[in-house]
Amino acid sequence: MARKPVRILATLAALAAAAASGAALGLEWNLRPAGSKIAADIHSLHEYVMILCTVIFIGVFAFMFYSVYAHRKDKGHKAAQFHENTTIEILWTVIPALILIGIALPTTRTVIAQKDTSNPDLTIKVTGHQWKWGYDYLKGEGEGINIMASLGTPRDQIEGRAPKGEHYLLEVGKDEEMVVPVGKKIRMLTTAADVIHSWWVPAFGAKQDAIPGFIRDLWFRPEKTGTFRSQCVELCGKEHGFMPIVVKVVTQEEYTKWVGERKKLMAAAADDPSKPYTLEELKVRGEKVYAANCVACHQASGKGTPPVFPALDGSKVVTGPKDAPTGVLLNGVVKDGKPTAMAAFGKQLNDVELAAVITFTRNNWGNKTGDAVQPAEVKAARK
Amino acid sequence: MSAVVDNHGHAAGHDDHGHHDHHGGYGGIMRWVTTTNHKDIGTLYLWFSFIMFMVGGTMALVIRAELFSPGLQVVVPDFYNQMTTMHGLIMVFGAIMPAFVGFANWQIPMMIGAPDMAFARLNNWSFWLLPFAGALLILSFFMPGGAPGVGWTLYAPLTVQMGIGMDLTIFAVHILGMSSILGSINIITTILNMRAPGMTLMKMPLFCWTWLITAYLLVAAMPVLAGAVTMTLTDRHFGTSFFNAAGGGDPVLYQHIFWFFGHPEVYIIALPAFGVVSQVIPAFSRKPLFGYASMVYATSAIAILSFIVWAHHMYTVGMPVQGQLFFMYATTLIAVPTGVKVFNWVATMWKGSLTFETPMLFAIGFLFLFTLGGFTGLVLSLVPIDIQLHDTYYVVAHFHYVMVAGALFAAFAGVYFWLPKWTGRMYDETLGKWHFWLTMIFFNVTFFVQHFSGLAGMPRRIPDYPLMFETWNKISSIGAFGFGLSQLLFLYIVLKAIRSGEKAPEKAWEGADSLEWTHLPTPAPYHSFETPPVVK
Repeated sequence: MARKPVRILATLAALAAAAASGAALGLEWNLRPAGSKIAADIHSLHEYVMILCTVIFIGVFAFMFYSVYAHRKDKGHKAAQFHENTTIEILWTVIPALILIGIALPTTRTVIAQKDTSNPDLTIKVTGHQWKWGYDYLKGEGEGINIMASLGTPRDQIEGRAPKGEHYLLEVGKDEEMVVPVGKKIRMLTTAADVIHSWWVPAFGAKQDAIPGFIRDLWFRPEKTGTFRSQCVELCGKEHGFMPIVVKVVTQEEYTKWVGERKKLMAAAADDPSKPYTLEELKVRGEKVYAANCVACHQASGKGTPPVFPALDGSKVVTGPKDAPTGVLLNGVVKDGKPTAMAAFGKQLNDVELAAVITFTRNNWGNKTGDAVQPAEVKAARK
Repeated sequence: MSAVVDNHGHAAGHDDHGHHDHHGGYGGIMRWVTTTNHKDIGTLYLWFSFIMFMVGGTMALVIRAELFSPGLQVVVPDFYNQMTTMHGLIMVFGAIMPAFVGFANWQIPMMIGAPDMAFARLNNWSFWLLPFAGALLILSFFMPGGAPGVGWTLYAPLTVQMGIGMDLTIFAVHILGMSSILGSINIITTILNMRAPGMTLMKMPLFCWTWLITAYLLVAAMPVLAGAVTMTLTDRHFGTSFFNAAGGGDPVLYQHIFWFFGHPEVYIIALPAFGVVSQVIPAFSRKPLFGYASMVYATSAIAILSFIVWAHHMYTVGMPVQGQLFFMYATTLIAVPTGVKVFNWVATMWKGSLTFETPMLFAIGFLFLFTLGGFTGLVLSLVPIDIQLHDTYYVVAHFHYVMVAGALFAAFAGVYFWLPKWTGRMYDETLGKWHFWLTMIFFNVTFFVQHFSGLAGMPRRIPDYPLMFETWNKISSIGAFGFGLSQLLFLYIVLKAIRSGEKAPEKAWEGADSLEWTHLPTPAPYHSFETPPVVK
């Protein structure tokens, strides 16, 4: 019996030791290193509150454990019968209230600073899609750049058929990082196309839900260059864990260079929907589009995961008249006036990409229509 | 309540024993279906809650098995989301809440000297709604598309994408809410009208006070939840757009309504736990509760404050700065009455004559870990820190310290404390201590490390995670399996006590002083206090 407090203390010591050895082993156990002033403020605020809490915690439980140690019946301690003491009761109401004021004051300053999104150098809109992030550079250097960032980690790594890479689940596809210049005030507008997502970069202390139909904002000013990684933090459906956020902070010169290259790339990559493509060209292109946009639900096998995500292999819609799959891809599937998990891809993909992926699904697995859906046909189907 | 005088004395109770033991007109299973006896119904609630605890716990183990290693091994993401959703709903509505209603049914009439609950048939109906709601929740797994995978908070508009399992869940929530409201009305009426002569409100055991206040919270909060899920239902099927911006609605409106229910819900779960602990600590300290009146006032203050802090769950939805500041200040204020409670419990132990039987161990475990959960709550109440930690494992760790180390530990304390009175038999003290230490250690192994993975940035509700979180998750999964298996020991201890436990003495605990210990034989007769005791 007399060993109990010792055991509790031993447990605590073991936990503290676990944390310390975790730190020694290089395990991540604290807030990410700050990459902006706000994040640094949050860190020091957190430390301040933790120290206060720890001191109070130890103080209160020192009393309790002393009691557990000394005021035991088996030591022959007789119970005192005192109760109620107005002075002490007022004290232990007022003192915590004063401590709270001591916490609230410095916190308020950070809250207000965090909300001040005025006068940004660069404004970027981020749209959450199930399950990828779209970035539109709206204002400032780089205006007009669009990036669609989806998971760069191959399915083979997730399903254990290949060894996991260093940035497992925290990597986007090639050239899909959001790039920003160091030292500039970046304002992000967040919104979503389907359900609520949440955009977060811990190093910048910036998190904001992306709400369909509404625009919210946040800001950060990165203070050092580097690549900062995170992921979606609001449950948004089955692939919620597979929506990475990668922000590359570069010097002003590198940023200007990136903007130039990106614009050139965009001009070159601009697909020409009016020229005819061969079946083979479309199938090759379509396989890539499928891997980036469709495979999570409809699976590489085309078998889907019925009933929510139907099979494409052998589907009468996919292999039927061309306008059926074209309509589904452009407008999504709406049931009883409500959008379903099949989103409208009309605004996310261009005519060539849509034509390619439709052609691919009509001529892959057991599907053999043998015809190509031309980008011009998709263009015509858009209303 | 030491100032109690009984006109009838113990002997009167014994003389009536034969009469007290009959169980109404039916035997076997029909006895339980038709019973209107508060003790039978309390037993039903407690067993139902334990079964649900096992079901929800199994789901937790599926979650922890998947998270043991990075990559997808055990389940697919869709099913993983169904597991987290149903684990939350079943534990909150199926396990913890019914457990405390079970305590209320058994204890409140005995503690205030009433013969039964005020509305005996309604009491039967309140309970028998629960298995139907539980069945609907389980059935949703077998619908096309499975159970909803949206999190227990059921946020719109993700709920609109779900299959018919979502509708079953909505109906289940309706039924659970109805059961809670009916039960609460019963408890309020019983406490306000059926106290024994001389049992003034301020003489009631604190457990009755915490339940009286909880019952008011339930009556106020449950209809709000029913409204939120009904709007979800009509958005899904009847063309409304409450939560759809395209039709003039707002997805964030759902969150406001949900948390207007959801925050009081936290105290609906916590207050009865406070009540149990406030009975157990004085009993094993052999010393009255330090500040009875201030405990009553602190409980009321917490209840009132709980209605004006809901948006602290929503700091990242994009509220105006004034809104963030208001909810932050209001939330930190809760620390004051909560502090008063913790100080009171410690002051009650101070200079007592302490013994450490299993109920006391669980009460001390509660006090220690609940306070830890309270401090992480204070950390989370601060907007800038919360913006870093919102929707990470830090939050998961925080609310498991409050829900498991808070509510569940208190429930264990209560079961061990009152089991002798309920069954007439003692549990095995050595095994009880084993149960406590295994639970205590594995709980911390499971959840303490989640503070670290949360701080380091691991989002909640993900079936797979970046490699840097692997060690914490491995530790947590090992702890979870240890914790889960330790609860089978609890089942064994209870069954062993019922079947072959030593006969419990009249007053099993030296320091216990409420009416059920001082005025009733052990086990408590089927009908107690048919003639009310007089309390001076």
